[in-house]
Amino acid sequence: MPMFTPGTDPGSSFPELLKRVGLAPAVDFTGDVSVPHATTCVALRFADGVVMAGDRRATSGNLISHRGMEKVVQADQHSGVAIAGAAGPAMEMIKLFQLQLEHYEKVEGSSLSLEGKANQLSMMVRGNLPAAMQGMVVVPIFAGYDLRRANGRLFTYDVTGGRYEEHDYVATGSGMLHAGTVVKMGWRDSLDRSAAVALACRSLWEAADADSATGGPDLLRGIYPVVATITDDGWQRLADEELVAVFETIASEVRGR
Amino acid sequence: MSQPFYVSPEQVMKDRADYARKGIARGRALVAVRYDDGIALVAENPSSTLRKISEIYDRLAFAGVGKYNEFDQLRVAGVRAADLKGFQYSRDDVDARSLANNYAQILGQIFTHEMKPMEVEILVAEVGVTPDTDQLFHILYDGTVFDERKYTVLGGDAEAIGARMKASFAEGQPLAAAVQEATKALAGDRTLAVGDLEVAVLSRSNGRRCFRRLTDDVVSAALDS
Repeated sequence: MPMFTPGTDPGSSFPELLKRVGLAPAVDFTGDVSVPHATTCVALRFADGVVMAGDRRATSGNLISHRGMEKVVQADQHSGVAIAGAAGPAMEMIKLFQLQLEHYEKVEGSSLSLEGKANQLSMMVRGNLPAAMQGMVVVPIFAGYDLRRANGRLFTYDVTGGRYEEHDYVATGSGMLHAGTVVKMGWRDSLDRSAAVALACRSLWEAADADSATGGPDLLRGIYPVVATITDDGWQRLADEELVAVFETIASEVRGR
Repeated sequence: MSQPFYVSPEQVMKDRADYARKGIARGRALVAVRYDDGIALVAENPSSTLRKISEIYDRLAFAGVGKYNEFDQLRVAGVRAADLKGFQYSRDDVDARSLANNYAQILGQIFTHEMKPMEVEILVAEVGVTPDTDQLFHILYDGTVFDERKYTVLGGDAEAIGARMKASFAEGQPLAAAVQEATKALAGDRTLAVGDLEVAVLSRSNGRRCFRRLTDDVVSAALDS
């Protein structure tokens, strides 16, 4: 059982604890490696909080390597992360981030503030910098409901760990231009939940339509993007049945053009 | 030249045990009891910030009585051990038995090798997927482990409280009944207000993380029902 003297105690930091016990993940990659790149994610603020959405396709060069990848995941009760970039390091980073939030909550007896969580993720992205230099770039979006301020908040990152708070919406991945433009055109202050979900889905649809590395709704296999809302009540992922209806509306609108 | 006194090992152990028992008996008690959907933990604790009961992992809870700084140190070590094990292997591999054994090793080691034993009694509770796999491990200051089935009592006056629990315990009781029963057992001929209690549950129907604290409103509703 890990016990420490006062000077070497890692406190409530899980990554520090991993270093102390010699389990910290190595970030040294050498040579140029081809890895599956995950793709379009958006997040936007609405009246009750934030909506996050991400497609499910992972590509490796010009091949589709995975059709059911989940790039939008719950971080804790009131926040979520969306990732674009090298899948391996990104998944590892998310796993560690989720653990860190839970570990802190249990050791300290209370959750980190939303700002604290955003900073924590910033440090993890920065820790990945040596790997990013080798092409294993990971750029997440962090979104959550700030219980102290009672509103939804969005954060975006660059490869050096730079953290930027966005006001209204944010998009990342190879389809970010298309998705971002669609959200920009449709975004209004205080959208309601269904309008915000429809806008997020529409932006993914347009990104998938124009970007080969972004997957659209896969009717054949019944695979739909991951869409979730984060409000006062916490994280809630939308059921596929609800998404079927949303995408059916978009499809019929496109057909009628 | 003065000779060091000879003290027999029996006497050393007895003195240490008496010392630890005295420290523990001064504190207030805690009861863990099984109910239909999991395990309820009820502690007499007027503080709403310094906790006796806390979460260790998805299905595990920790409870301690005695000296706060000592059992809190054990609690944090338990959270670390559990999180590390879940990270290294799988979340399903984290279980109460191995954690209880770890605690027993540490407490036993400190009891025999250090000047001062830890003045604590701790509990590691695990809620199973089905009621028959619920587990309660009660660990004493010297590393002795008890595996309890229905309920367990930690702290001062444990025998009298245990006798009251034995008289009232019913298999498959609902949460409100379990909280009432534990509160009555802790109170004896006193009455305990909601503010004097710290109540938490490990509930099978609470999703991945089974641990949940009950707010004063929920506790008072349970006591009044």
